[in-house]
Amino acid sequence: MSDKQTPVTGASEAPPVVSEWLRFRRVFFQRKIVVFGLVVLSLLVFTAIFAPWLAPHNPYKGKMADSLAKPSKVYILGTDIQGRDTLSRLIYGTRTALMVGFLTVGIASIAGSMLGLLAGYFGGVTDMIIMRAMDALMGFPMLLLALLLASVLGGGIQNVIIALSIATLPGYARVMNGLTLSVKENDYIMAERAMGSSDRRTMLKHIMPNALPPMIVLVTVWLGLTILAEANLSFLGIGIKPPGAAWGSMVNDGYQYLMMNPILSFAPGLTIMLVAFAFIMVGDGLRDALDPRLRGLL
Amino acid sequence: MSTLLEVKNLATQFKTEGGIVKAVDGVSYHLDEREIIGLVGESGCGKSVSQLSVMQLISSPGRIVGGEIIFEGKNLLEYEANGPEMRSIRGAKIAMIFQEPMTSLNPVLTIGRQLTETLELHLGMDAEAARKRAIELLGMVGIPSGENRINDYPHQFSGGMRQRVMIAMAISCNPKILIADEPTTALDVTTQAQLLELMKDMVDRFQASLIIVTHNLGVVARYAQRIYIMYAGRIVEAGTTKDIFAHPQHPYTMGLLKCIPRLDEEKGRKLVPIEGLPPNLINMKPICAFAPRCSAGSERCSKNPWPPLVHIGNQHYVGCFLNGEEKRSGTSAK
Repeated sequence: MSDKQTPVTGASEAPPVVSEWLRFRRVFFQRKIVVFGLVVLSLLVFTAIFAPWLAPHNPYKGKMADSLAKPSKVYILGTDIQGRDTLSRLIYGTRTALMVGFLTVGIASIAGSMLGLLAGYFGGVTDMIIMRAMDALMGFPMLLLALLLASVLGGGIQNVIIALSIATLPGYARVMNGLTLSVKENDYIMAERAMGSSDRRTMLKHIMPNALPPMIVLVTVWLGLTILAEANLSFLGIGIKPPGAAWGSMVNDGYQYLMMNPILSFAPGLTIMLVAFAFIMVGDGLRDALDPRLRGLL
Repeated sequence: MSTLLEVKNLATQFKTEGGIVKAVDGVSYHLDEREIIGLVGESGCGKSVSQLSVMQLISSPGRIVGGEIIFEGKNLLEYEANGPEMRSIRGAKIAMIFQEPMTSLNPVLTIGRQLTETLELHLGMDAEAARKRAIELLGMVGIPSGENRINDYPHQFSGGMRQRVMIAMAISCNPKILIADEPTTALDVTTQAQLLELMKDMVDRFQASLIIVTHNLGVVARYAQRIYIMYAGRIVEAGTTKDIFAHPQHPYTMGLLKCIPRLDEEKGRKLVPIEGLPPNLINMKPICAFAPRCSAGSERCSKNPWPPLVHIGNQHYVGCFLNGEEKRSGTSAK
């Protein structure tokens, strides 16, 4: 009985005392695809921060003489109709994508989870009011709602963020609501309440952490999807005002010249795909590393 | 010794689609200071619900519809279920140990965090003091090298060890009353004995009272001073442990005793189970719910309402026409 008890499976290779951080690192970096995703995201953040130093040309002003140039040593990915360097615009577009992605997901996930948590925990009338409102929001296709809001609010990056936050809110609320309903039935929640824990404490310190792993995955998936949605909005001409650089609008601008210069659309398109993929992979890795129930097994 | 907790006519009901379930129907009991009592009955007879009612942890569709719970001179039912007064009693003055050690600890928090949380919450300790106290508590409940194990997660503990942690959590704030809701049901027999012994030690050490809720008369035989027998949401017999075991008066109690083996009996006695199942508590008739299973049942049982608890001797009460009335008319006790 005095021996440290370890779970039945695996764990034989694990040293007896491992700090939390070491364990987290070991699990997180175990899978190559997660490391790849992390490298992509690090590069992305790096690019966003150092855009002015990395971009070889001015992303907003091009030389009309070099309009629709093929990839060359000067313009590695060619130029668009206005002679603006595609690579430089891609680099600046990183800023837009990340800002919209992180802020939107940040706002929507926190607000959505809180709403879902409250509704699930208290149930009854609270649940009815909150969740029916969410259902009403969900009734609109997400993009249509964002489109509507963005066109009412007008262009500009902050309005895109607001529109996308509201449009994606019900997704988080729904998931969190379901998680809360299942987590709150656990014996340990009853035990915690029997220990004198207040509603707020029970919700934030006991239900929330148990609902976190699925939420983290959801958030990272939505990070990818939100960047896609932002690209969609700017593809449709709503959102980032010209001459601001956004990947979606680059795809849109480029596709008129698809036959002449396909890289104009493909470069931003592939970037969007890569980034969304990287976010999802990192989310998966995070979930495995953060879940204490998987510790010792992985 | 003075009375610490007095429950009077407690009634808790659940509203379901099929009708009203009277899970606890007019239950009264009391607990003295530094006393250990047992609450015994089959599954679904309202033992746990009565204890959760004391803590006001009944959630919808359940509702406490009547009665009084007097603790330290105050009626707990006057407090709002989740209000600050009730919260300062839960865990600090009345603590509870649950049936399932495997699921009663939060899987994503370390043992240490769960122990210190209560200490910080109720005793206002700072993190360092709470940590020290938590290690001390782990030692007290028989978990060696607490300073190493405090950062472990619940899944790294076995069932028995988790129940020890639960006990440590329950006693951490020096409660007056410890309610153990089937504390050993999920454990193997050797661990059961160890944990019961541990609980008794802890209760002695902290000068607390203990309510053991169980379906197993054997569990309480050794530790409880008094025993309450529950059936279908009511207490049908109450008395000192000695009286209950030596002179059971209610047919249900007799049935319970007949179906457990005893060391002090003649050899070759057959164990006799109680026929049938406990009744469905939905829309019950107001007659004795044990009547259909009772070997001594008579016409009187199905015509008259539940027989009230009758005092038949030193702290011995029984709610049955068979023994209660006769005994009462025989003796001049109140």
